Amino acid sequence: MMEAFEQPAESPQAVRPLGRAIVITSGKGGVGKTTTTANVGTALAARGAKVVLVDADVGLRNLDIVLGLESRVKYHLLDVLEEKATLDDALVRDKRSESLYLLAAAQTREKEDVDTGLMKALIETLRARFDYVLIDCPAGIEMGFKNAVAGAQHAIIVCTPEVSAVRDADRVVGLLPNDWRPELIVNRLRPLLVKKGKMLSVDDVNGILRLPLLGVIADEPNVIVATNRGEPLALDALSETGAAYRAIAAKIAGEDVPAPDVRPASTGIFNKLGSLFGKRG
Amino acid sequence: MIDFFNKFFRPAPPSGATAKERLRLVLLSDHLSLAPDVVESLKRDLLAVISRYVEIDPAQADVTFERRDHDVAMLASIPITGVRRPGYDESPEPTPTPPPAPRSVRYDASPVAESASRGVAIAEKTQAPPDPVSLELPMTPDPLLSPAVASESTSTEVEPKSTATSAAHRRRRRRRKANAAAKRSAQAQSGPPLNASAQA
Repeated sequence: MMEAFEQPAESPQAVRPLGRAIVITSGKGGVGKTTTTANVGTALAARGAKVVLVDADVGLRNLDIVLGLESRVKYHLLDVLEEKATLDDALVRDKRSESLYLLAAAQTREKEDVDTGLMKALIETLRARFDYVLIDCPAGIEMGFKNAVAGAQHAIIVCTPEVSAVRDADRVVGLLPNDWRPELIVNRLRPLLVKKGKMLSVDDVNGILRLPLLGVIADEPNVIVATNRGEPLALDALSETGAAYRAIAAKIAGEDVPAPDVRPASTGIFNKLGSLFGKRG
Repeated sequence: MIDFFNKFFRPAPPSGATAKERLRLVLLSDHLSLAPDVVESLKRDLLAVISRYVEIDPAQADVTFERRDHDVAMLASIPITGVRRPGYDESPEPTPTPPPAPRSVRYDASPVAESASRGVAIAEKTQAPPDPVSLELPMTPDPLLSPAVASESTSTEVEPKSTATSAAHRRRRRRRKANAAAKRSAQAQSGPPLNASAQA
């Protein structure tokens, strides 16, 4: 049944330890799971790790377009699970990185079409071939969430500093296996608004969620520009947000990383924009 | 018109603080509604403690949680059917039986006795369930750790609202704590928390 997954990888391989399967989840939609998956995966691959990104959002495929790989996708997750294509046919190599791969979601299918057991076996197979398997979880807590979590051993919670996102993140943490210790990325923080007391701070968010803080990503216009172009910011050496993603990757890889700086920048476009929009409260 | 005026001239609290407080409250109720087993064991312990002092009708007892403007309150409605005289009546129930109360614990039966007899009287007259002892406890961040349970006949605010940050405990953590709290209360047997709040 599983032969399709067990084909030898591109080279005869030595016995390697299984990679880590990490699900990126949030409960609420639109908080930046897919962007986070793309950037953290890109940053991990830039460090030399072998990384595969699995889009588990069946029916609402987006990871391919965020990575700029939409034209290269021929087969998808369900093709592999249903043995209509081999894993090697379905894995799309990233344009920029030799060691980053994407397994796209099916766009015209439903989340209920995924068999949890098969999904688990697939992630297991991917772990044998990659150092990191990052699973981009769909929003919600139904079948799609369960399938995305099934094969993982670790979770990253993406949460924006909004009441709805924090509440949903709290709920999702409660649904994860008891022995997991999910880590938190606070996304779209606007330090200037926090300084003015108009936005929940990282401490506010994590005072409620109480998770190990993996990183903080500021709400920077460049993130939108990068997504427009399909070029993850993680590779932009000049971008502060890119640096924040790289710091997250380093932390995942086990490096000691200083705590993220969440103070408002004193100059620069981000600050100006922040004060422009900040007046709305 | 005044509202309009206020809107412009009264400094509102920063919306970030409002968000934080709203979240704290909503997560408190979320967690309580998500953990029926914890609420059930709280109810069991609560009834056990109260039945050491008065005879109650556990079947009619009702413990609920209510969202209020600034906190979440636990409301306990527990019909009292009779009075125990401490030192004479031993609890017939298989509830954790209190050892002789520590010396420092005093017990004043009169308010409870009053309410109990009143409750019975009303029950006879109206056929309604007896006037229950009503407890109203505002929930502090970690409600299930709060040990104080007042057994007075009136609505009793036991603890002032704490300013501590909200506890977004996950279910397992809560369960562990609740178990510990249950153990503690079983060991502490009765009085101290009860008495502390009754005298306060």
